[in-house]
Amino acid sequence: MTKLLQASMDGVAVGSLYALIALGYTMVYGILKFINFAHSDVFMLGAWFSFAICGFLGYTTADHPVYAALVALIGSMAMCGALGFTIERLAYRPLRGAPRINVLITAIGVSLLLENVGQLNSNKFLAEYGIKFPFGTRPTSVPLLLPDQPLLSFALDSAHPNTLVNVLPVDVLVIGVAFTLMALLQYLVFGTSLGRAMRAVSYDAKTASLMGIDVDRVVSITFVIGSALAAAAGFLYGQKLQSLRQSADGLWVLLGLKAFVAAVVGGVGNVRGAMAGGLMIGLVEQFGAAYLSTNLRDLYVFSLLIVVLLFKPEGLLGKAVVEKV
Amino acid sequence: MALLEVRDLHVHYGAVHALQGISLDVEEGQIVTLIGSNGAGKSTTLRAISGLVRPSSGSIKFAGRHLEGVKAHEIVRMGIAQSPEGRGVFANLTVDDNLEIGAYTRTDRAGVLSDKERVLDLFPRLRERLRQLSGTLSGGEQQMLAIARALLARPKLLLLDEPSLGLAPQIVQTIFAIIRDINKQGTTILLIEQNAHMALGAAHMGYVIEVGQIVLHDEARVLAASDEVRKAYLGVG
Ligand SMILES: Nc1ncnc2c1ncn2[C@@H]1O[C@H](COP(=O)(O)OP(=O)(O)OP(=O)(O)O)[C@@H](O)[C@H]1O
Ligand SMILES: [Mg+2]
Repeated sequence: MTKLLQASMDGVAVGSLYALIALGYTMVYGILKFINFAHSDVFMLGAWFSFAICGFLGYTTADHPVYAALVALIGSMAMCGALGFTIERLAYRPLRGAPRINVLITAIGVSLLLENVGQLNSNKFLAEYGIKFPFGTRPTSVPLLLPDQPLLSFALDSAHPNTLVNVLPVDVLVIGVAFTLMALLQYLVFGTSLGRAMRAVSYDAKTASLMGIDVDRVVSITFVIGSALAAAAGFLYGQKLQSLRQSADGLWVLLGLKAFVAAVVGGVGNVRGAMAGGLMIGLVEQFGAAYLSTNLRDLYVFSLLIVVLLFKPEGLLGKAVVEKV
Repeated sequence: MALLEVRDLHVHYGAVHALQGISLDVEEGQIVTLIGSNGAGKSTTLRAISGLVRPSSGSIKFAGRHLEGVKAHEIVRMGIAQSPEGRGVFANLTVDDNLEIGAYTRTDRAGVLSDKERVLDLFPRLRERLRQLSGTLSGGEQQMLAIARALLARPKLLLLDEPSLGLAPQIVQTIFAIIRDINKQGTTILLIEQNAHMALGAAHMGYVIEVGQIVLHDEARVLAASDEVRKAYLGVG
C-alpha cells in the first residue's frame, strides 16, 4: 500500500514533467508537421538557465528569499521562450515550404549547437571578450529553493510503522506548477480566440490565412509557449534532483525522447493527448521501477510505445486523420 | 474607378504559366462572374487576389491600393474575404468556431454577434448544428458554412470559388438566392462557377477565361445570349 501510494505520487510528478515537455513537441508538430529535435535541448537549457539565475542572484540552498522559486521559474521560462522564438525565426522560418527532410536535418543541427554551446566554459577566444558560459562540462548541484522537510509524513501500514510515505514540498511544487501550467494552456487553446486560431492553422494554414490569421505570428507564439513549458519542466527537474548533468549528456536526449514518446502515445498534435500521455509514461515508468526492476525503466516506456503503436497507431486521443471532402 | 482592378496579371507555378495576362474589373455593388473550363485559371486568379500566390507580373488594385506583395492575412483586413475552392472548412473545429474564425479580424463584438444571427437566418441548417464538428457536416452544409464564414468577415468584396460544386439542384438554387441577397445588401461579389447558366443568370458582368487568358467579357445577359458561350459553356447548339 505504501509502495503503491509512493509510486503513484512519483509517477504523477515525473509524468507531469514529461507532459510539459511533450506539449512542446506536440504543439509544434500540430502546426508545422515536423518533429522539433531541438526541443529536448530547450528543456536542458531551461534547467541550466534556472541554475544560472540562482547563481546570478546568489540564491543558495541555505539562503534564498521565499519567492526565489518563482523568480527562477519565470526567469527561465522567459529565457527559453525568447530562445524558442529565435530558433524558429532564424533556423526554421527560412525553410517554410522546403522539403520536410531539410527542416528535420536543421533541427538536428540546432540541437547539436545548443548542446555544445551549453558546454562552453572557458573558451579562450570568447573569454577575451568577457564572454563566459556558466554551464561547463561537468555535472553541477542545484540549490534547492524550498524547505526540505516533508510536509506530510505518515505510515499507512501499522505493521511497518517505519515505512513512511513522505510528501515533500518539491513534489507539491512539481505537481502544482505542472498542473497549473497545463490548465492555463488548456484554457488558451480551447477557450480563447488565439487558441482557436492555433487550431485552425494546425488544420490548414493556407485557409487560416484567408481568415485574416497571421500564420507566422501563430507559429512564433507556439514556439514561445512550447519552449517556456519545457523550461518550466527543466526548472522543476533541477529542483527535484538537485543536480544537473552537463549539457551534452545523453540523459537529456533520453528524457526528451521519453517526452516525445508521451506525445506519440497521446496522439501527436493533440494537446490533451500530450498531457495524458505524459502522465501515463510517468506512471508506467515509476510502477515498473517500484514493482519490477529499477534498471529497466526505459524498457517499460518504450514497450508502452510499441503496444500503443500496434493497437492504436494514431495515439490514445489522436483521431485517425479525417479526409477533407 | 472599379473597386477591384486587375491588369495584365501573370502567374507561374514553376514552369506552368497559369495566368497569361488577365485583366478584369469588378465594379462596386455588382456581381461579376468568371467562367471557364477546368484548369483555365479561375482559382488561380482568386488566389492571386487573396495573396496566396505571388504574381510574376501585372497589378491588382483594390479600392485604389495595390495588393501585390501584401500578405494574405492583411488583404482580409483590407476587406476581401474568400470562400475557397473545396470549401476549406476547419473540420477539427465546431460550426460555431468556424464562424468565429471568419470574424477573426473584427473587434466589434456586438456587430459580430448580430452578423452571426443574420447568416444563421440565411442558413438555418447551420443554426441546428452550431456545436457539431464541421467535419461531420454534409458537403452542402460545409459549402453553406464556408460562405457564412466568409460573410462574417463583413467584406467589401466577397470571392466565391465554385459555391455550387457538387450540390443538389435545390441547394444550388438556395445558394444562388442567397448570393443575390448578400449582394443586394451591399456586398460586391466575384463569383467563379462551372455552372455558367446559374452564374450568368445572377451576375451583372461576366468574363470568360480559357487557358489563362480572358477571351470574352460583357454584360452577363449578353454573354448568356452569345453563340460562343452557349456552345462552349451552356451546352446549347
Ligand atoms: N500548385 C500548383 N502547381 C502547379 N500547377 C498548378 C498548381 N495549381 C494550379 N496549377 C495549374 O494551373 C492551371 C490553372 O489552375 P486553376 O486551379 O486556377 O484552374 P481552375 O480554372 O480553377 O480549374 P477548376 O475549374 O478545375 O477548379 C492548371 O493548369 C493547373 O494544373
Ligand atoms: Mg478552381
